[in-house]
Amino acid sequence: MGQFEKKSAKSDPTISLTAMPDIIFMLLIFFMVTTVLREVTLQVQVDYTRAENIEKIEQKRLVSYIYVGPEKLQGRKVGNTKIQIDDSIIDDVGAVQQLMYDKLKEEPRLIVSLRVHDETEFGIVTDIQEELRDAGTLRINYSTKQEQ
Amino acid sequence: MFDNKREREEPEIGGAGMADIAFLLLIFFLLVTTIDVDTGIGLQLPPAPEENAEPPPIKERNLLNILVNSQGMVLMDEEPTPVNQVKQKVKAFVTNNGKDPELSDSPDKAIVSIKTDRETPYNVYIDMLDEVMGAYAELRNQAAQAQFGRNYGQLEDDSEQQQAIQDTYPKKISIAEPNQ
Repeated sequence: MGQFEKKSAKSDPTISLTAMPDIIFMLLIFFMVTTVLREVTLQVQVDYTRAENIEKIEQKRLVSYIYVGPEKLQGRKVGNTKIQIDDSIIDDVGAVQQLMYDKLKEEPRLIVSLRVHDETEFGIVTDIQEELRDAGTLRINYSTKQEQ
Repeated sequence: MFDNKREREEPEIGGAGMADIAFLLLIFFLLVTTIDVDTGIGLQLPPAPEENAEPPPIKERNLLNILVNSQGMVLMDEEPTPVNQVKQKVKAFVTNNGKDPELSDSPDKAIVSIKTDRETPYNVYIDMLDEVMGAYAELRNQAAQAQFGRNYGQLEDDSEQQQAIQDTYPKKISIAEPNQ
């Protein structure tokens, strides 16, 4: 027994901290790479619908969003249903085609995610879909949350 | 004299602050990161029709017409149906294999056609589409279990097995233009 005690008492109990910055940097780089900074300010109100049979979009970089919902006005009031792409409200549905066509040129595997307010009338969504068909962006995704 | 002094000075930068800087950045990215994944119902739109092209002929029996009106009521092949029975009916339609003369010839010929009114609420449409997707998901899972002993979702992406299941039960969903 005495032998063992002697041995452990001799060894240096400090842990080397030189690798610490490396570990932190590794974590840092991981979070930097996975972060998607939110760049859109919503100008329309979107409450998601819920559904059971949904799939995940793994490649976020392929996704382009179209927001449809009542326009946010001053205070808590909401106005008419509007379409928002990137940071601006689109008044003419016909403009969707050109915008999406340009995006498709940049990213041929584009997925268009439709984020539609749950009480919107479906007519406007059909109009958008017609535009998407004309633009050639055929992969779409109705954004929904998982049903509880 | 001055030269002497300079030589003695050590030109090192303290490395101790490095970890602090890294921590600060790390905490910033930790806070702004949103790991939540986008979820939704995926759909492939049909390509835009060519000018003056006739639509391909489709037998009436291979077409399941689903109509959703502005009150959120669902009509399947002229029959009023509650939303929670849509899945059952779609499954019966797809897996008919020519038995019932009213329903589809085979799963790969079956087409589900969805038509709405312009005033149909979006959430009713999604509920209905969810049921249709659920029907296909169940059928694909059954086929995958029978052939490979695993669920469809557990098969490798873009693998031959997944392709085989997709060929057995292709999702043919068409969205018709709404009534004015």
